[in-house]
Amino acid sequence: MTQPASPPRPATSKSGPADGASPLRTLSARADLRTLSLLGVLAVLVLIGGITQPDSFLDTDNVQLILTQASVIGVVTVGMTFVIISGGIDLSVGAIVALASVWATTVATQEYGVAGILFTAVIVGMACGLVNGMLIAYGGMVPFIATLAMLASGRGLALEITDGKTQMVTVDGVLKLGERDSYILGIPPLVLVFAAVTAVGWLLLNRTTFGRRSVAVGGNAEAARLAGIDVRRQRLYLYLLSGLCCGIAAFMLIVLSGSGQNTNGNLYELDAIAAAIIGGTLLSGGRGTITGSVLGVLIFITIQNIFALNNLETAVQQIAKGAIIVAAVLVQRRTSSHT
Amino acid sequence: MPETSPFASRRGLLFGAAALSTGALITGCTSNEPKDSDGAASDDKSQQVADDKPGKQVTIGFAGPQADHGWLNAINDNAKERAKKYSDVTLESTEGSNDTAAQIGQVETLINKKVDVLVILPADGKALTQVGLKAMKAGIPVVNLDRVFASPQAYRCWIGGDNYGMGLSAGHYIGEKLKGKKNAKVVELAGLDNLELTKQRSKGFDDALKNYSNIEKVARQAAEFTVESGQQKMSQLLQAQKNFDALWNHDDDQGVGALRAIKQAGRDDFLMVGGAGALSAMQAIESDDSVLKATVLYPPSMAASAIDLARALGQSKGVSGMAEFEIPAFITLYSAVVDKENISKYMSTGFK
Repeated sequence: MTQPASPPRPATSKSGPADGASPLRTLSARADLRTLSLLGVLAVLVLIGGITQPDSFLDTDNVQLILTQASVIGVVTVGMTFVIISGGIDLSVGAIVALASVWATTVATQEYGVAGILFTAVIVGMACGLVNGMLIAYGGMVPFIATLAMLASGRGLALEITDGKTQMVTVDGVLKLGERDSYILGIPPLVLVFAAVTAVGWLLLNRTTFGRRSVAVGGNAEAARLAGIDVRRQRLYLYLLSGLCCGIAAFMLIVLSGSGQNTNGNLYELDAIAAAIIGGTLLSGGRGTITGSVLGVLIFITIQNIFALNNLETAVQQIAKGAIIVAAVLVQRRTSSHT
Repeated sequence: MPETSPFASRRGLLFGAAALSTGALITGCTSNEPKDSDGAASDDKSQQVADDKPGKQVTIGFAGPQADHGWLNAINDNAKERAKKYSDVTLESTEGSNDTAAQIGQVETLINKKVDVLVILPADGKALTQVGLKAMKAGIPVVNLDRVFASPQAYRCWIGGDNYGMGLSAGHYIGEKLKGKKNAKVVELAGLDNLELTKQRSKGFDDALKNYSNIEKVARQAAEFTVESGQQKMSQLLQAQKNFDALWNHDDDQGVGALRAIKQAGRDDFLMVGGAGALSAMQAIESDDSVLKATVLYPPSMAASAIDLARALGQSKGVSGMAEFEIPAFITLYSAVVDKENISKYMSTGFK
């Protein structure tokens, strides 16, 4: 709360936290206003849900469901937020989730139980992130193109591994993690993972040099370089972080669906980018918050939930989803543009 | 010339086959009268209808789909396995593709290779119609598999599943199971809503339910034929509908996810009917330890049948068990319901 989203001129602040006090306050207030507006949107949605389906919407089961469904895409979005803040984009997140999930559910991997599956998913995710990062940071490729290439080849490799078949998980320990027995104080384990990733992401962005450097690179890469930041290495780390988040998300998806399939993570890239943008992250980089992104994800999933509870048709759902994205961003702009 | 050639070739095929089969039919008829000489009868029959015995060499070009889904994968496997069965068949198959332009290119390559017969499962039936016409005009008969071309002139024979019939079978099965239950509620988990086949499946289902006045369909949500979407949409449906009596899920692949969601929600108060006939669904039906009690078939074995038909076309033969000299122009499969009663009969058709 005390730390603002970002100073607009990172070059002058070297790499240390030597920030002035008075411009900070307005920035902080603006960031809070943005967060408040998002909470407002969410509150309106909750109200709509509560009015249209009073019996089922505010049910404990349903709240657990919304949070669970937000978890997988939420973890991906946290990684995506860092990448976008640094002025990049990661179009390969869905493909990485798919690849990590099918690799982690091959029979050979399942022999090693929960640990084997988790380890493989995370390693595959990070390996993909590393390739993205190398191509972008040291290969000089535009993030859009490098991650688009990863999207294509990742999906291709996932298809190759599965041969189009659904790979069922037979490890009981993994399946149990998604079931009611393993809820801790009524909270599903997946939601706890999501909360942990969010907390770590928030700390990383707001309380560490890594976070400040990410913002600085996104605000003005050249200035950041002059300020002594190793921009290339920073970029490499950011895509690695995104890959790590995808690996964790892949494991969560395996727990949730009990299987690995090459279609997993379909269109996650668009959902994660949309959630981050709704959350106030600038697509051009330099500004963004983890809280905003997480609220963006929750808004998305809550909308979906309300649609399903009210049995809306697919076409209507899609139209309404588009309209709500536009509305949310317009509200955002109004609350953040007046200085 | 482009207009006459398909007819010419078709007529040639027809006359050739007719002449051949008429002769065979006459001998077939006479030798059928005394019922004892089985061996002789089937020998004679091989003149007119296709069977396992090696005949004229046929090269079949197969342009299949990209196997990114269990059922589509089974289609490719079925076609390839069936072709291997025949020593007189050479299969030239192209890389499966979801990309219309790419698939058109692949079919054109097969035409240029001058294969004898083409089997095409188009990524998009309408978009591939022109290349189907082109093949027919080049004198290569086309067996159109499942997704139908826009013009009947673009194929010699169509074989595919019955999406409307699938819905009908599922609806009747559920209707019979819920007979006598007052105010029964039914829920539908549909497939990808932007596909025509999904609409047909839902229409068939609704039409069947109209026969049962005690049943009301209370909810319908569309998933995307994937495990992930099945899990996601089903868990939402379960929240929306706290009690219902039956669920029809259009696709067994997304059914894997739907079953997960049902287990996670701890629900077992309804019966579920699946769709397509995946092995995992059949195993669940057999072990009878979940809500899944039946599945309506949309058999990928149609690809094997398409190879049979292509071979018969290439050898100018008819199909056995029918009176006609020629193979039919249109064959729609039947969507049988598989449940615990008849599972042993269908288990071998389950696809992974």
